[in-house]
Amino acid sequence: MTLIGQSIAMLVFVWFCMKFIWPPIMTAIEERQTQIAEGLAAAERGQQSLDKAKAESGDIVDEARKQATTILDQAHARANEIVAEGKANGVKERERQLAAASAEVEQETNRAREELRGQVSAIAVASAEKILQREIDPKAHEDILSKLAAEL
Amino acid sequence: MATEDGHGAQTSGEYIAHHLQNLQVCKVDDAWVWNQCAGNPMALNVDSMFFSVLLGLVFILIFRGAAKKASSGKPGKMQAFVEIVVDFIDSSVKDTFHGKSNLIAPLALTIFVWVFFMNLMDLIPVDWLPEIGMMIGVPYLKVVPTTDVNITFGMSIAVFVLILFYSIKSKGIGGFIGELTLHPIAPPMKGVGLIAAPFIIAFNFILESVALLAKPLSLSLRLFGNMFAGELIFILIALLGIWQLPLHFGWAVFHILIVTLQAFIFMMLTVVYLTLASEEH
Repeated sequence: MTLIGQSIAMLVFVWFCMKFIWPPIMTAIEERQTQIAEGLAAAERGQQSLDKAKAESGDIVDEARKQATTILDQAHARANEIVAEGKANGVKERERQLAAASAEVEQETNRAREELRGQVSAIAVASAEKILQREIDPKAHEDILSKLAAEL
Repeated sequence: MATEDGHGAQTSGEYIAHHLQNLQVCKVDDAWVWNQCAGNPMALNVDSMFFSVLLGLVFILIFRGAAKKASSGKPGKMQAFVEIVVDFIDSSVKDTFHGKSNLIAPLALTIFVWVFFMNLMDLIPVDWLPEIGMMIGVPYLKVVPTTDVNITFGMSIAVFVLILFYSIKSKGIGGFIGELTLHPIAPPMKGVGLIAAPFIIAFNFILESVALLAKPLSLSLRLFGNMFAGELIFILIALLGIWQLPLHFGWAVFHILIVTLQAFIFMMLTVVYLTLASEEH
């Protein structure tokens, strides 16, 4: 009886297992297997695109660095140019002002000399007048006086 | 754990005999009687049946619970454990059985887990459940169903029926009879040898029948012998007084191996026998 009962119990358990336990578990396992495989593939793809993006970003950074160097060089050149220009302008301006100043000085000197000459001739005429008050007519001797003044 | 002393007047012989006695019920003269069934072929070993069905239900509940909740998403711990067991069985079966069958893998799973649970009862200290049984008025209680030869035979007979079923299913009745009678010596089909043919067929039949019957016999006796011996050693260790502690521990650790191994062997041999049965020669 035990023997028969056990056999029946076993067949019932096996039947139950076959019907209600095995299929859902196997389905779940197989589904998970495909999911894991897909996940791994996706991770692989992600890794690849990450590598690509890294390479790209490296390129971009290199490019930017090159550009920055160019810009810096240009700026340096421009700065040097400006400085040189300024220096040249300064020199020119100084020379110009120097020239103007010396011209003015010359002019002043000439005018002062003219004035002085006039005054000296006047003084000479006055002193000659005083000396020669009587007989000398300024009008008659003007040519002599002016010759004198010119010699001063 | 009770020892010889704990049982008062009981001798160690009585102690062992008590532990090895099933709780039996049988019908004598139209009345159900308990524990007077020695030699009665219709006796029912109530304790073995109770524990084996109980453990079968435990198996069903655990795995059905996991199966219901089974999803392809992130598994819970229980589901992961169940899946590991299922996957282990599935790969073992696939390694051996190459045909397509919806029955063999679930059969193997049931056998493995169920036998494993029944064997595992061996690790419960030998006196616990019988003592509790005594308290509630159950005079005998054998807690390990696989130490009852009726239980292991019951299972192997179910397997035997499946072997016959698969043999006939894959080869037909004629093929099955042919397999029993035309191997290993092919009888001569014509000429003078025809006289010898019936003898050769009879010889083949005896040989093949023994081989066929040896399958369920060895299957059940292997499991029964291992578990019975293991249980007996636990009982003997329990008789040793204080020295049982290290011995019990050592034997229990060793027994974990036996418990698993025997369940696995029972399952694997079942699969192998069914593979042989359904293979064409």
